[in-house]
Amino acid sequence: MNVSINWLSALLDIKLDPDDVAHKLAMLGAPVEAIEPVHQNLAGIIIVEVERVEQHPNADRLTLCHVNNGTEVVEVVCGATNVQAGKKYPYAAMGTVLPGGLEIKGRKIRGIRSNGMLCSASELELGTDHEGILELDTDAPAGTPLLDALPIGDFCLHVEVTPNRPDLLCHKGVARDLGAVLRRPVKLPPIPGDPGDSHAPVQTKKSGVVGGVEVTLEDVEGCPRYLAAVIEGVTVGPSPDWLQARLRSIGQRPINNVVDATNYMLFEVNQPMHAFDRAKLRGPKIIIRRGGESETLTLLDGEERTVDSTVTAICDAEHPVAIGGVMGGRDSEVSQQTTDVVLECAYFDAKRIRATRKAMKMSTEASYRFERGTDLQGMADAIQRAVRLIIAVAGGTEAGPPVDLYPKPVKTPAIFLRPERVAHLLGVEISQKDIEGYLTSLGFAAGPKNGRLAVHVPGWRPDVAREEDLIEEIARLRGYDSFPTEMRPLRPSSVPSDMAQVTEARVRRVLTALGLNEARTLSLGPAQGKEAQAVLNPLSTEEAYLRTDLIAGLIRSAERNWAVRERNIRLFEVGSVFHAKDGGGMPVEGRHVAGVITGARRPPHWSDGGKYVDFDRWDVKSLFEEAVQAVGAHGTVLEEEGRWVLRDGNGELCGWADEVDADRPAWAARLFGFELDAVAAPKPLIRFQSLPVTPPVERDLALLLPAEVTARQVEEVVARRGGKLLESTRLFDEFRGKDMKGRSVAWRLVFRSPDRTLRDKDVDVVLRRILEELKERLGVERREA
Amino acid sequence: MSEAFPNDQLEAVARTIAELREADAVRLTQFKVELLGRKNGRLTQILRSLSTLPPDERRAVGQRANQLKREVEEAIAAREKELHTGAKSGVAADLSMPGRQVWRGAIHPVTAVIDEICEIFRELGFSRVTGPEVETEEYNFTKLNIPLDHPAADMQDTFYLSPGVLLRTHTSPVQARTMERYKPPIRIVVPGMVYRRDAFDASHSPVFAQIEGLAVDEGITFVEFKAALDYFAKRFFSPDTTVRFRPSYFPFTEPSAEVEVQCQMCKGGGCATCQYTGFLEIMGAGMVHPAVLENCGIDPERYSGYAFGMGPERITMLRYGIPDIRMLFENDMRFLQQFAE
Ligand SMILES: [Zn+2]
Repeated sequence: MNVSINWLSALLDIKLDPDDVAHKLAMLGAPVEAIEPVHQNLAGIIIVEVERVEQHPNADRLTLCHVNNGTEVVEVVCGATNVQAGKKYPYAAMGTVLPGGLEIKGRKIRGIRSNGMLCSASELELGTDHEGILELDTDAPAGTPLLDALPIGDFCLHVEVTPNRPDLLCHKGVARDLGAVLRRPVKLPPIPGDPGDSHAPVQTKKSGVVGGVEVTLEDVEGCPRYLAAVIEGVTVGPSPDWLQARLRSIGQRPINNVVDATNYMLFEVNQPMHAFDRAKLRGPKIIIRRGGESETLTLLDGEERTVDSTVTAICDAEHPVAIGGVMGGRDSEVSQQTTDVVLECAYFDAKRIRATRKAMKMSTEASYRFERGTDLQGMADAIQRAVRLIIAVAGGTEAGPPVDLYPKPVKTPAIFLRPERVAHLLGVEISQKDIEGYLTSLGFAAGPKNGRLAVHVPGWRPDVAREEDLIEEIARLRGYDSFPTEMRPLRPSSVPSDMAQVTEARVRRVLTALGLNEARTLSLGPAQGKEAQAVLNPLSTEEAYLRTDLIAGLIRSAERNWAVRERNIRLFEVGSVFHAKDGGGMPVEGRHVAGVITGARRPPHWSDGGKYVDFDRWDVKSLFEEAVQAVGAHGTVLEEEGRWVLRDGNGELCGWADEVDADRPAWAARLFGFELDAVAAPKPLIRFQSLPVTPPVERDLALLLPAEVTARQVEEVVARRGGKLLESTRLFDEFRGKDMKGRSVAWRLVFRSPDRTLRDKDVDVVLRRILEELKERLGVERREA
Repeated sequence: MSEAFPNDQLEAVARTIAELREADAVRLTQFKVELLGRKNGRLTQILRSLSTLPPDERRAVGQRANQLKREVEEAIAAREKELHTGAKSGVAADLSMPGRQVWRGAIHPVTAVIDEICEIFRELGFSRVTGPEVETEEYNFTKLNIPLDHPAADMQDTFYLSPGVLLRTHTSPVQARTMERYKPPIRIVVPGMVYRRDAFDASHSPVFAQIEGLAVDEGITFVEFKAALDYFAKRFFSPDTTVRFRPSYFPFTEPSAEVEVQCQMCKGGGCATCQYTGFLEIMGAGMVHPAVLENCGIDPERYSGYAFGMGPERITMLRYGIPDIRMLFENDMRFLQQFAE
């Protein structure tokens, strides 16, 4: 909402400072995003009277003007032809800076010194005319600063208005809040040329006649109240300067005096109005009804719209002439030829307007306000002021009292406010007198009743509906900063913390300790197979699906790093994934952890002699195992089809590790990745095991494994046959010779008995058992030296 | 501790090879005697004692010992050559040369900020919980006193998955889910990802993090609400931070407030970051709206509370001076690495 400081000042009858207003509004809940000076760059321009105009002696196209600047008469050379003696013009003295940045300097033009400059409208950014000098129609004496004589110097505040406060969408509303803290009453400013009075509307039920126009209200649900007035004999033309300046100061373009008057009312009291040309209304009738079968209307914006039964239509005897609360029709609009005007002042149902606005995909100043709620109680005053304003700026006379169709007058019940409830919620005692003071300063009527305060809410505050709403008003006006910040004793939460958060924190700790950086990728992306859940209204096809895994985003991140020539990449992410359910419904949501690694296994060191050792698959295997352990997942990492997988108790895949495909530049190293379900049972408690007191016996075992035998198979046999005396097994070498059938793999076994020192022969027995079974079951033999 | 077992002794010898490669001339001579000395050299001794080992072990130890002997001899020869050929000869090790490093990973700055915020609220008795990212209109809007046919619903442009099912636009649905499940006293903080139909630009992301907070108990007042958030802001930013509460509007709180802290960049003097106001918005907050309590089966006459929501990305950007939210999702190693501890 754009707010003019001049307009606010007029409503409060006080000179306001824009910065102070901005601060006060912010602390009232309507922060100001920007303060835009309006024509403030004309501060140096003064009004002069031209006393004499003569031909420049040395140039045919120039004149020499003798100009009275209020203190003396100076000579000014002028190129325009419209300057006449006895008239007043804007003048920039030497040293003045024009809005475009040009500084006026005294200089000789064709031999004659010009003292300053007479200005055109375009030079002052007051219009596009740059041919002639701007002639001023003013009584102000020569020497008066231009901004003192013309009402154009202003500040426009861009006020952020929350959706609950429709009343702040007009100057009167903003002035009311401001007045409450400034302790000043709000009064609508006088209208120049005001005819002084107008007829009070006549309230009826569903139909009435004004100025020969029969007005009938059929759609009471869509339009609970409808007022109409008729002004005859208007002269449509440009608005007076003051009205144009008001509208321009808030960024509105003046159109003509009648339309400008309705717009003025919109921005002054938040009542959208519409003016019809009576001559264009068949009947002449106005019927407020729902749209019908195959009815259409061409709107002011030139677009033809369907007006169906979901829409509240304003119709003449035959067709719709406006979409109620949204926009008027082109054919019935006020034009230069219009002499008789029908003025509409209506209240439209917020939900109906919202539905129509969404269906038609158009929002107007009017629909924006009706959707948030206008003042149902202030309409009679509004139409009376509007009639006077139109007569003041466009002439004409009112054709009898306006009709006021209001079949079911709404009575808003009083809200009862308990003073103790105020203290209970705000934590501070506030006297009843102060409470009443705060509320009445905003236009609420409050009086004591049975130990409580009965509060009547004015029509412009549809957001205030219950006791707490009033308490907020009290806190707001008292000022949030006036409340102390005092910690009170507190009871601990009955809600247990989420264990998944603990698990995820542990995973992050483990993976960062292993040198990986935590990544965050978007959970929206391109399609990822048929399990991907689609978004109904995506921003783009690139973000049209929820991800089903994390690895795709991490691979994209790796590629982005390669694109900036980064060779060493180590990333992991913990995040949500989603799988669509067959037949629709809520998708299944899960938490995953995933990682990618590529490039040097360790930061290169000078002692390496310039040799890189890059990550290989064995790094990703151990990383995967670390992640599995950090998550606390059950199960073992197994080999399947050339990669590692983790399966849960039901055999469902819940993790994998492998080399991954990527768009890899030639200089980059291979990329390895893993992904894992992060939802797991809590980690079992660690139990302490007593430390051994007996010495161990170590044996190295070099075995020849046939091609199809795996280390895991060997280890299973070793573990089983090793029995209680086998403490640990570690694979420490693999050798593949050219002429070997299989390969040689070496383990170091450690034997220990908890209660005695083992002798070699004890170990030999066990070793023999192991070797026997290895040979029998797997064809594995000891390698001869 | 004595190295009683030949395997351990061999490993100990293997470990000295790295040291040997950097030894100066004097130390190198010592090494020669220590490892290969005819009488007491460690390898010599091991090889000499092979015959006392069991046959199985004898073979393995013998192999390893001979291999090590070769490596040691080669390393000594190489080092002698190095020392002899000039540049390094007789010069003590240059300790200014870089040490051997390992990769260090970093927690993402947004995660770190989330953790820090949750930790501070833990001091005030808040437990940390989560909730689903896919939600229903009921939990995302209706239960939070946001009617779908009111302009308040437009404050958050929503991604829908199917009629009535959406990606949550805030973490506030967890408020309702928690209040339905637990009895007061309730004190929770809820970190999580939320979704808004905003195009990706320097200050907007369609997916971003939020931290929700909720406290409901008997006798919670506006004064306590202010105190808790003031405590948080001073703990998170600095003890002398000025905190400002401004009236605002959220459908699920009443009174509602925008919480602002003195601009960290200009210390309140006014700069581009704070749009020359001297203050920065850090969260939306307020006393829980009685309609929300009612919707969740809590009696608003008996209980009251406060709620708040803040954007960790924005706070991260303010704290570290990061100009563009997209950097938080690009996962550039050069960016992430800056946050390694
Ligand atoms: Zn600042």
